[in-house]
Amino acid sequence: MLAIEREGLMENLLEAQNVKKYFPIYDGGVLFKKYRMLKAVDGVSFSVRKGECFGIAGESGSGKTTVAKLILLLEKITEGNILFEGKNLGRLIKQDRSWYRRRVQTIFQDAASSLDPRMRILDIVSEPMEVQPSGTQSKSVIRHRTEEILHLVGLGSATLKKYPHELSGGQKQRVAIARAMILEPSLVILDEPVSALDVSIRAQILNLLTEIQEKQRITYLLIAHDLAMLQNISDQIAVMYLGKIVEMGNTEEVFDRPMHPYTKALFEAVPRPEPGRAKEVPAISGEIGNPIYPPSGCRFHPRCKETVPECRENEPVVRNIGKNHQVACHLLTRR
Amino acid sequence: MNNMKIITRNPHHLFSVLKHVPVIPLLLLLPMIVCGIFGPYLYLHDPTAMKLSMALKPPAWVSGGDWSYLLGTDNMGRDLLSRLIEGARASLIVAFFGVGFAGIVGVSIGMIAGYFEGKIDNIIMRFVDAQMSIPAILLIILLAAVLGGGLATIILSITLVFWTQYARVIRGETLSIKQRDFVVLAKVTDCGTFRILRKHIFPNTTNTIMVLATLQLGRAIIIEASITFLGMGIQPPATAWGLIISDGRIYMSTAWWIPTFAGMAIMITVLGANLLGDWLRDRLDPKLRQL
Repeated sequence: MLAIEREGLMENLLEAQNVKKYFPIYDGGVLFKKYRMLKAVDGVSFSVRKGECFGIAGESGSGKTTVAKLILLLEKITEGNILFEGKNLGRLIKQDRSWYRRRVQTIFQDAASSLDPRMRILDIVSEPMEVQPSGTQSKSVIRHRTEEILHLVGLGSATLKKYPHELSGGQKQRVAIARAMILEPSLVILDEPVSALDVSIRAQILNLLTEIQEKQRITYLLIAHDLAMLQNISDQIAVMYLGKIVEMGNTEEVFDRPMHPYTKALFEAVPRPEPGRAKEVPAISGEIGNPIYPPSGCRFHPRCKETVPECRENEPVVRNIGKNHQVACHLLTRR
Repeated sequence: MNNMKIITRNPHHLFSVLKHVPVIPLLLLLPMIVCGIFGPYLYLHDPTAMKLSMALKPPAWVSGGDWSYLLGTDNMGRDLLSRLIEGARASLIVAFFGVGFAGIVGVSIGMIAGYFEGKIDNIIMRFVDAQMSIPAILLIILLAAVLGGGLATIILSITLVFWTQYARVIRGETLSIKQRDFVVLAKVTDCGTFRILRKHIFPNTTNTIMVLATLQLGRAIIIEASITFLGMGIQPPATAWGLIISDGRIYMSTAWWIPTFAGMAIMITVLGANLLGDWLRDRLDPKLRQL
């Protein structure tokens, strides 16, 4: 989709450098409380280029939503840096913080919960404009802009006066998109943007999102567990497992030649409508490990089909294979 | 079946209108509200004017009664009906302002505790726990003894006693509302804390506040009457229902009507307030059943 730009001109919009997020978990003790660390994100590095759609895949508990929260400044980074247009998010001063918050918006999974039930759609969508520190605009300007953005997401002016409960699920998600887009942000984090919607509406919302991306040159960070969707819209993809990225690269490349056993297993688990295809053994069994006591060595080894002795002992390092394809797995050195 | 549905949904149909209005609670509450506001235009006799020749007249329908003194007179010859009407005002003022101030204080503190959590929350909630462990009436007697009786003291005491319940309930609501995505999104769009509390959290607690306030209305009236009955609240020559009961207490055996009607006035009003609260709760949010 953006092949021409990818060759030369693209620069990094967002860069995560060895980002870690540990949550302290209370673990006994009355006077002297003891804590253990839940390692939600444990050393994640990736870079998102301007104008692309960067996908993050992984099952629940893999830390993908925590990554989103860190980027949105909803949680403090424990270690590492996130750079946005070269600025370190950990060291933003107050003005920069509100500048950053205007540049970065998000759309959540549950549209019903994303809209304040006590506010009219006009107020919900225009709120980001109203709280801007750079001079408040007049009511008519705000209203005009709100109407414009609602048209962009395919909603008429009649919606302005309505309350969220008067809208359908798809309409609510359109309102959430309008709110995120009203300030023309440069990065929008989509956290499972369609998984709560009816299958029939999903495609519409996804088309709308890609349409807006093309029109407004927005960068997307798409978090999803739906691999088919990621394959369709993301330019790059990172697969996370228990707080670490196990495989990352160009979407086509990763989908054509998955190298990590976890990625392979995920792809195999995608149901394919092939007649006569026999019911197979599940590609992956068991549950994701405990992030408080992560497995030794490679975190995936208890569930891996292709374990070698090394997997239990050493953590695999990230290796470049191919031009834009990185994998963290011991099997690669074996071959 | 289909036909019935149409009838009940027709807003002009009397039955369907009545279904959406809490008739009984309002009928019980209305006399107090009307008397409280329009009292001076309603009574026939001056509620404080003594006329000893007319003392201890029984209600009109009892032998010896006088139709111009419908509910009889007290030991000083004051018309009981006029005194009941006049007394409604004290109850109305105390209930309205006491519950209102308690609401303002309690809701603000509860939202702060719930929103910021951590140390502030701990300090506030321990304080609330401590205060809730003191019996309300005892605390109010103490306050009345220190500050002296009167309307202002009662309002202040009711505020001091009632705010804790708001604080607790609203803190809980805030804890759950602030987890919801629209509050998180407000943070992402750079809304300030004050704006989030005012525009997103407060409007979503109004149902609870309404229900709680209505249920507390009844309690406030009872507390006002009790404290006045004990002689620490509203002082004569002002009139209040608690005062009528305490004045009439010693004439109980000869003039039963003095405390009885005032007691009934309290009972009817409190019942009305409680029923209205229950109705509102079921109407606005059945999840609030624990209130």
